Amino acid sequence: MLVMRSANRTKVDAATRAVREVWREGLGVAIAASAYGISFGALAVASGLDIWQTCVLSLVMFTGGSQFAFIGVLGAGGLAALPSAIASAALLGVRNVAYGMRMSSLIGDGFWRRTAAAQVTIDESTAVAISQESPALGRLGFWITGLGVFIGWNLTTLAGALLGDVLGDPKSWGLDAAAAAAFLALLWPRLKQRQAIAVGVAAAVVAAALTPVLMPGMPVLVAAVVAIVVGWFNWLGRDGDAASVKEAAS
Amino acid sequence: MTLWNAVLLAACICVGLKAVGYLIPARLLEAPRPARISDLLTVALLGALVAVQSLGAGQAIVVDARVPAVLVAAGLLWMRQSFLVVVVAAAAVAALLRLVGWAV
Repeated sequence: MLVMRSANRTKVDAATRAVREVWREGLGVAIAASAYGISFGALAVASGLDIWQTCVLSLVMFTGGSQFAFIGVLGAGGLAALPSAIASAALLGVRNVAYGMRMSSLIGDGFWRRTAAAQVTIDESTAVAISQESPALGRLGFWITGLGVFIGWNLTTLAGALLGDVLGDPKSWGLDAAAAAAFLALLWPRLKQRQAIAVGVAAAVVAAALTPVLMPGMPVLVAAVVAIVVGWFNWLGRDGDAASVKEAAS
Repeated sequence: MTLWNAVLLAACICVGLKAVGYLIPARLLEAPRPARISDLLTVALLGALVAVQSLGAGQAIVVDARVPAVLVAAGLLWMRQSFLVVVVAAAAVAALLRLVGWAV
């Protein structure tokens, strides 16, 4: 009897610890992600948006890569580049389809619950959810991270936009370089495999080479074709890796 | 197209894409090709944006204070620094180079 009770207690303790660990992880990710809402807000105002437009992007679009892409293309090409800005943001949002498909069964039923889940389906919430050991912990991690980033990101966006408004000339503060560094920082964790590195470098070269001949914003969209071609034929992919390892071994 | 229309249209497309993930059957993504293209699309767009944001000025390619700033950012990412450190450092490098007149 006594043994059983203490065994139960150990089980409960382990479960509580696991839940606490998910909270810590989710809030940690939320705080880190929210911190760079400041840079988004400041850069958005520097690119020509007003404070309200900046806040609407964070509230409604709410997916960092697409938001940075939208203001990056707008900042480089002005109003004439708006169609490209929209297309760039949309193409970067395509990965959220994949995240939604992975989260769909985890989230469960209910229209409002699924609607709320869809809106907070982003890199961070998906990453925390899929790294948990059980579906229950994954669901908890998803909501803590997703809602945490949503609240934090929108508050810091507003703060950054207000800050950007009083800064004046964005170039003298290095904000144009900050935007380039932001894209590099978003790209960096995705450059683990040879195929991804090759696609990232090739897309950069294509975009730079086409900049003098195409309308601002278009080079980025044309560079996306690199991904479609390489992905379709799986050049330099894992199968290729295995083959080259075999070749090296023989 | 006004700026407001573009902001709202782009935002609605991104919301729609998130919703699509919850509406289509998960089997589709298990096919390797769409999954691979979706991953690589993100990489290609971000790579292209790095290049255009570092070198582009309208339709011209220019080498200015942004280039050393991005190289410093790459070094910091290599050293596993956080997003905010990287972005602030890049801004500081470009701002300082312009302040002392070593770059435009």
